Amino acid sequence: MAVEVRIPTILRPYTGGEKLVTVSGDSLQAVVADLDANYPGIGERLLDDSGLRRFVNVYLNDEDVRFLSGLATTVSDGDSITILPAVAGG
Amino acid sequence: MRFNSLLDSVGRTPLVGLPTLSPSPDVRLWAKLEDRNPTGSVKDRAALAMVLAAEKNGTLHPGATLLEPTSGNTGISLAMVARQRGYRLICVMPENTSPERTQMLRMWGAEIIYSPAAGGSNEAVRVAKDVAAEHPEWVMLYQYGNEANTRAHYESTGPEILEDLPSITHFVAGLGTTGTLMGVGRYLREHKPDVQIIAAEPRYGELVYGLRNLDEGFIPELYDESILTSRYSVGPQDAVRRTRELLAAEGIFAGISTGAILHAALGIAAKADRAGTPADIAFIVCDGGWKYLSTGAYEGTLDDAESALEGQLWA
Repeated sequence: MAVEVRIPTILRPYTGGEKLVTVSGDSLQAVVADLDANYPGIGERLLDDSGLRRFVNVYLNDEDVRFLSGLATTVSDGDSITILPAVAGG
Repeated sequence: MRFNSLLDSVGRTPLVGLPTLSPSPDVRLWAKLEDRNPTGSVKDRAALAMVLAAEKNGTLHPGATLLEPTSGNTGISLAMVARQRGYRLICVMPENTSPERTQMLRMWGAEIIYSPAAGGSNEAVRVAKDVAAEHPEWVMLYQYGNEANTRAHYESTGPEILEDLPSITHFVAGLGTTGTLMGVGRYLREHKPDVQIIAAEPRYGELVYGLRNLDEGFIPELYDESILTSRYSVGPQDAVRRTRELLAAEGIFAGISTGAILHAALGIAAKADRAGTPADIAFIVCDGGWKYLSTGAYEGTLDDAESALEGQLWA
């Protein structure tokens, strides 16, 4: 399963400046694991003991994974994942 | 309709159908025209409610100075309310907002402290908290954590929508302070337990997410994830495309954040239509397009519009 992951500016030091990386995995958990295997240290910035870090938002094809199945969300070939920090509006 | 004053006229906005964009007679879209409020945005409801609540609980005294972090609309609403009620208002606003927002704030008498573009509204909140610490005598109503914001929508927007559309199945709105979604969402759920509450969140250019580290992210204190059914991130290209479609197909001249909301609403409508499930989908038109004319969102190609919005706080 090849999926594209968009990396926010703040995490690009881990990916050598790459904005868009391709990793594999059939669940979000597996995608993050593969991401961390390729770019050591990035996984820890995304997850803590309870799962996704509080200020990290992850979208699968533009839908917030917290309203899908979280880390257990199924990921399919060609899906696109976007990681963004939580920001304010208003 | 007759009112004793402009402030008395806030709310009770029209809900209009979208005969052209609705996919079928069984799957219908409805726009709640919040641009019909006195300053032209949904924020009039929250601003008025927060000021009235602060007057009532004794936080606000005649002649007081208000301080508020805002990307624009809340500040404009507060400026109008503050002027009517005799308060001075200082807004902390990110510098990467449209010039119309600055013009409107000044027009209603507000003073502006600009916060750095990088970091967007998160920075405005941070700067406002610093300024508030230096001026403890100023009153920060703080839209992100003020229950009166949510309550305004629980007590007015929500009941208005349910009264006009008892068959509602979905409610879609933008996610900023989260006040609209939390207030309307809570009200609708209490009366229609199966209703789906959907958030559309603007996805800005990279500058706006330029935080120094991930722990500096921001989640409004009002936010309660359990109210929402799902949450979508919508980029500028989709938002502008839908804003233009709304204008071309239905004649509604809305701001860009409304395009993002419509994008999510159309996605839900298409899904319901494919499944053969009847749906009545209400969504919020946050404001009119007037404040965004200078952004170039309404002319030229979508790519041009997208690049013009890069780095701007367009919602």
